[in-house]
Amino acid sequence: MSKNSKLSILTNGILKENPSLRLVLGTCPTLAVTTMAANGIGMGLAATFVLLCSNVAISALRKIIPDQVRIPCYITLIAGFVSVVQMIVKAYVPDLDKALGVYLPLIVVNCIILGRAEMFANKNTVIDSALDGIGMGLGFTLTLTIMGSIREILGSGTWMSGLGSLIPALGSDFAIRVIPESIDSFSLMTSAPGGFFMFGVMMAGATWLTSRPKKNKPAAAEEGGAE
Amino acid sequence: MMAVKLASIFFTMILVDNYVLVKFLGICPFLGVSKKLDSAVGMSLAVTFVMVLATAATWPIQMFLLTPEGSEGTSRDMGYLQTIVFILIIAILVQLLENFLKKFIPALYKSLGVYLPLITTNCTILGVTILNIDNGYDFIESVVCAAGAGLGFLLAMVLFSGVRRRVEEAVTPKCFEGLPITLVSAAITSLSFMGFGGIVESIFHV
Repeated sequence: MSKNSKLSILTNGILKENPSLRLVLGTCPTLAVTTMAANGIGMGLAATFVLLCSNVAISALRKIIPDQVRIPCYITLIAGFVSVVQMIVKAYVPDLDKALGVYLPLIVVNCIILGRAEMFANKNTVIDSALDGIGMGLGFTLTLTIMGSIREILGSGTWMSGLGSLIPALGSDFAIRVIPESIDSFSLMTSAPGGFFMFGVMMAGATWLTSRPKKNKPAAAEEGGAE
Repeated sequence: MMAVKLASIFFTMILVDNYVLVKFLGICPFLGVSKKLDSAVGMSLAVTFVMVLATAATWPIQMFLLTPEGSEGTSRDMGYLQTIVFILIIAILVQLLENFLKKFIPALYKSLGVYLPLITTNCTILGVTILNIDNGYDFIESVVCAAGAGLGFLLAMVLFSGVRRRVEEAVTPKCFEGLPITLVSAAITSLSFMGFGGIVESIFHV
């Protein structure tokens, strides 16, 4: 039972409490960096790292930090971890640093991080908070990647271009061409309105997935069991 | 010439590089507080005020304390502290402002009160202070840029609160109810701002 609840903390963030689609936290990076799938992965991983570290640190210090000044304390802790990420990204993946630009330091004010600190880490044990951080981070990364993929494929016809800067083995001009160059790409998708539109559609999709009529549930469980 | 440059920065920030609709900063208050016109205006005014103040405070600190001239590459270069220092300055400023308003202008405090603490975690403020440094603006340009960004935020909030009142009354598919349809209408609002591309260059010939 206890193992089960640990697992549910981990998987909670992926669909049921997906930070961007269900809790509507951290909308700014979700919209801004998802013009390319690889940027989404990079941003997601950076945020996951910060989320994991801050959740662990805040939960470990939850009995020491006085309640009245907790928000400034949290922000300082988070800003410290974000600076660490910034330095790592600048040193090892400078291309990603350029692509994410100002949104990398802005992880500090990403409401997912502070939100999870406030909602989860300051009430739960270190291990649970770490699992929650990983789960929420993965949910965030997954959303960003899916959204980035759709926008990139429709908007510029390629997929995962720029992944070479994350994984040097792939070479710097790695990209998978999905839509042939002879077809005009729908470039609106990579600009601002496309971001809003795609986010709205994905949020509707997540609402639909989680609020389907209950009678489908047993059937889905049976299918899962048969596999 | 100086005035032309300042004006072009100012109008670029309002129309072309609108922080909310083009650069995706401050989406949380944009979605959260734009339901009613008066709260939208209150929030935007508070944001504009803090933005200008924060820029005026962070620019000298970055230029004279963190990365003073000629410190690049030496041990006096403390650029890596930028994120921590800026967020702390913003948090302190917001707190100071809250205390100040409470004591001296209680009427304004009452109308802005609820929004003030929220501003600390508003990414437009940290965003504009960092972008000013990244763009290499001087002090006056930075302050003008911050004022433009704040007014752009106000414009987007006011326009969108009007759009939103109509959307709330419309009948939408069940899974689109609430935020999803709001985001789709934000897409259309943002589309209208794309029409401003190039307008500043052709007016000011820069």
